Amino acid sequence: MKKINLPAGEEEIRALKVGDEVLISGVMITARDAAHKYMVEQEAGEVSQVLRGGMIYHCGPVVARDGDSWRFVAAGPTTSKREEPYQAEVIERYGVRGVIGKGGMGPRTLEACRRHGAVYLHAIGGLAVILARAVRRVVEVHKLEEFGVPEAMWVIEVEDFPAVVTMDSHGQSLHTEVLARSQQRAREILATL
Amino acid sequence: MTDLREAFLELIRRTSCDLPEDVEAALQRAAAAEQGRARSTLEWMLRNAAEARRNSTPICQDTGSLLFFIRHGPERRPADIAAATRAAVAEATRRYWLRPNAVDPLSGRNSGDNLGRGSPYLHFEQVEQPGLLEVALMLKGGGSENCGAQYALPDASLQAGRDLSGIKRCLVDAVVKAQGFGCAPGTLGVGIGGDRMTSFEESKLQLLRRLDDSNPDDELAALEREMYEKLNGLEIGPMGFGGRTTLLGVKIGTRHRLPACFFVSVTYMCWAYRRRRLVVRDDDYSID
Repeated sequence: MKKINLPAGEEEIRALKVGDEVLISGVMITARDAAHKYMVEQEAGEVSQVLRGGMIYHCGPVVARDGDSWRFVAAGPTTSKREEPYQAEVIERYGVRGVIGKGGMGPRTLEACRRHGAVYLHAIGGLAVILARAVRRVVEVHKLEEFGVPEAMWVIEVEDFPAVVTMDSHGQSLHTEVLARSQQRAREILATL
Repeated sequence: MTDLREAFLELIRRTSCDLPEDVEAALQRAAAAEQGRARSTLEWMLRNAAEARRNSTPICQDTGSLLFFIRHGPERRPADIAAATRAAVAEATRRYWLRPNAVDPLSGRNSGDNLGRGSPYLHFEQVEQPGLLEVALMLKGGGSENCGAQYALPDASLQAGRDLSGIKRCLVDAVVKAQGFGCAPGTLGVGIGGDRMTSFEESKLQLLRRLDDSNPDDELAALEREMYEKLNGLEIGPMGFGGRTTLLGVKIGTRHRLPACFFVSVTYMCWAYRRRRLVVRDDDYSID
């Protein structure tokens, strides 16, 4: 397994290929629907530093309050394609090197990955306990009141967070391969009905 | 007397944190039949389920919509049951067994405790069995819920007519469109007939069945077996990474339809297939 430390440089991200299993360490940020709309429609200055060379995790966690600090209890990925209208612009504008989620993304994000040197990484959906444990510390949280717990932007420090590259910076996507094969199989099944 | 709030709280904890054994067994069988990334993905899922059970933490952070199906004897008051359910839901959220999941669609505000208009969903059925209180709870995640579909036959784009072949075409379409988005390997709950509401209701109720049961209707049992085999041939695989295991089960029920309507409704349940049943007696309760 390859190790990636954040912030990441363009060269090491471009070296990743579809199918690579990686362990990510460093500081990243969670963002889903409300946060992506916000990052595109406004200038999200408070998170620009963590985004530069960093990674966005599509995740709406369960977070516990322990005294003055926060603790991630359950934190698997959420469906990424909902962010397709925003992701390419977020990658370009904020200099993001990786997007982690589930289900893969569309052609605009794939093109943004190719052009700006970024990758899409797939975490296993529903792996809430194991992925929460990879979160060592909650550094800070933005928009908690306005967006609520699942939609807030949680800045987290992770260690050896497991994920698989399913869209790389060379235009390859595992998702389009699996889709094409399943459509071919579907035609074969329909022919028997 | 059994404290209802306490019994419901335990039902929620078990449902959110303790994957049913029939689902776990199906994932184990699937892992043994796979190799490479498909196998390691299933093994991660099994490891996560074991950890969640051990630590009483949610299997998945999306603890879903809360669907309670309640059967009760004539002396039980639905209002009392509803009050105990709501109190248990709020407490389970405070204890992090549930994520705050009730969002106002217009303001975007999260209620913070899972209580809101229509949340939790409570379905009551009074039966002539004195003392009975039986509650089935399903936690239905949002990612997989987005993979649900309702077809109105005939559907020209699918070449699906009002017959068995048309129904099968709908199921193929739904699973191809779902890819890995619903956290495959999933289970299909299918409702055939009814109106738009009851057709979807039937599809949800089908998911309360055990994975290893067999449909009491021979024709539906044959259809379930056939579609389970064929749909796994789509090779979408765990999480859509490719592989033999696309579905863990197909469960189908029917409702009498209107002459003008022919609905096929599909609910996609993710691999974190969370549903349990509580039976309350006079001085104790049990959960399976």
